[in-house]
Amino acid sequence: MSRYFSPEIETADRGRMLTLQGQRLRATVRHCYENVPFYREKFRKMGLEPGDIRTVDDLVKLPFTYKQDLRDHYPYGLFAVPKNKVVRIHASSGTTGKMTVVGYTKRDIEDWAEDTARAIVAAGGTQEDYIHISYGYGLFTGGLGIHYGAEKLGATSIPVSSGNTRRQIDVLRDFGSNILCCTPSYAMHIGETMMEMGVSPDSLNLRAGIFGAEPWTNEMRAKIEELLGIKAYDIYGLSEVMGPGVAFECEEQSGMHINEDKYIPEVIDPDTGEVLPDGCQGELVFTCITKEALPLLRYRTRDIAVLTRKECSCGRTLIKMSKPMGRTDDMLIIRGVNVFPSQVESVLLELGLSPNYLLVVNREGSLDTLEVRVEMTPEMFTDAVKGLEEIERRIRSALLSTLGLAATVKLVEPKSIPRSEGKAKRIQDNRKL
Amino acid sequence: MKIKQLSIFIENRTGRLAEITQILASRQVDIRALSLADTSDFGILRLIVNNPSVAYAALLEAGVMVRTTDVLAVSMVDEPGGFSRTVGILSQAGVGIEYLYAFVSRKGGEAVVILRPDDSDKAVEVLKNNGIRLLEPEEVYHL
Repeated sequence: MSRYFSPEIETADRGRMLTLQGQRLRATVRHCYENVPFYREKFRKMGLEPGDIRTVDDLVKLPFTYKQDLRDHYPYGLFAVPKNKVVRIHASSGTTGKMTVVGYTKRDIEDWAEDTARAIVAAGGTQEDYIHISYGYGLFTGGLGIHYGAEKLGATSIPVSSGNTRRQIDVLRDFGSNILCCTPSYAMHIGETMMEMGVSPDSLNLRAGIFGAEPWTNEMRAKIEELLGIKAYDIYGLSEVMGPGVAFECEEQSGMHINEDKYIPEVIDPDTGEVLPDGCQGELVFTCITKEALPLLRYRTRDIAVLTRKECSCGRTLIKMSKPMGRTDDMLIIRGVNVFPSQVESVLLELGLSPNYLLVVNREGSLDTLEVRVEMTPEMFTDAVKGLEEIERRIRSALLSTLGLAATVKLVEPKSIPRSEGKAKRIQDNRKL
Repeated sequence: MKIKQLSIFIENRTGRLAEITQILASRQVDIRALSLADTSDFGILRLIVNNPSVAYAALLEAGVMVRTTDVLAVSMVDEPGGFSRTVGILSQAGVGIEYLYAFVSRKGGEAVVILRPDDSDKAVEVLKNNGIRLLEPEEVYHL
């Protein structure tokens, strides 16, 4: 078995990659112009013709695309193909109540599977391996994204999905899982639960893990590797661009190779939009150059990262990105779920409650927890304990359905949430990332 | 007939109870009876004081979540079965009790219980018809 899933791409020389990117970029720009009214209108306003984009150097002429644009065209307004070509929908949280909806054609699904197959091979996976997938299956891209890659590789996928940790451990041990795929915090939790149950990592066939969908540190990596007796690899992606597998780590474990044949990366100054040279820290921007259903041009990820192009000991020539170091907006990632404070605000307002709240994020053991503190208002205060508990319960259940995340709710006294310059602080993130 | 009780929302954190009662002490408010209902996160402090309107204004001014609630002060004979008889009258009439707490009376032979029925008017009626004495507000505040 090769060290690469797509050797001709993963080790292509720079000239060849630029030629390929140029061809695909030209085709994508034309596809967007012809099939997405939003882009056609933008081009017209800018006085831009598809023919103006010839090479990768012309990328800077293209307009940016924002998450807000997806919201403005909710749900399918930016799709570039007719409905009968779309074979799959996924969705993630939007900044307010509405989700961010993405679609895939048959070929998009194939391309995506290739991305994650490359990631699995880079983590040492082969056709002989059992790939244990504990990412959630559903609208979230994590589960199905890796699943299709495992099968494309010809490995054996075990679609355990998330939750029920003891059963996860039974499957790991009894089914002989070789590679574990989940969020890093869940990997920690599995490792700690194994310890409690007295299951030694030596009793497993686990060799590697592919962990992503939330920020994690190298310290956490060391801990996971020790707990599970494996090598832990990072994987990056976002549903708007494709899903997990936009970038993946190799055995060097020093940043993630971007699948440049499909996504052209840029790092920009988030305030001015100016492109920054490789090695500088800024906002990561991707242009999808193979996607049919939802080809986004210069999509602003809001993730802060650094790009580096230098020789890698693994032999891949694909450019590398650092782990995301933060966000340019106030999005939180909790147990792989994207959470915006504005979503919580709209839940509270819909319930007719106080919009004064604070999100407190903690890492308890290895699992991230969200506590939502809500300031009491005279209207909410009923003198009876059960009345207040009922309010807490209603908030909890509305948050669960809106965020897809279980949060604890705590009613607090008026004016007890810290305010700076009159504006309430919305986030208290106690995790050390 | 109906007594003004102060209901105060307090977070479960060390020192909060002392802070709130200090506000009352500084206005010379005397606490006549109190109860604290709590959960793991918060509590509701219920107070009967000698001067509810002064106490309410002081707490409100200090930004405390406070409201007034009407409750009944029921007198009963301080002997075995006195309490049982009173709640029995209410339950037979189908009146539920949301909460109650005892009042430490300085008069011998009489016990006073602060009671929050789910239907105040009906509670007053059945208790009176059964010869149970309800204390007047002024009587309670200065008991």
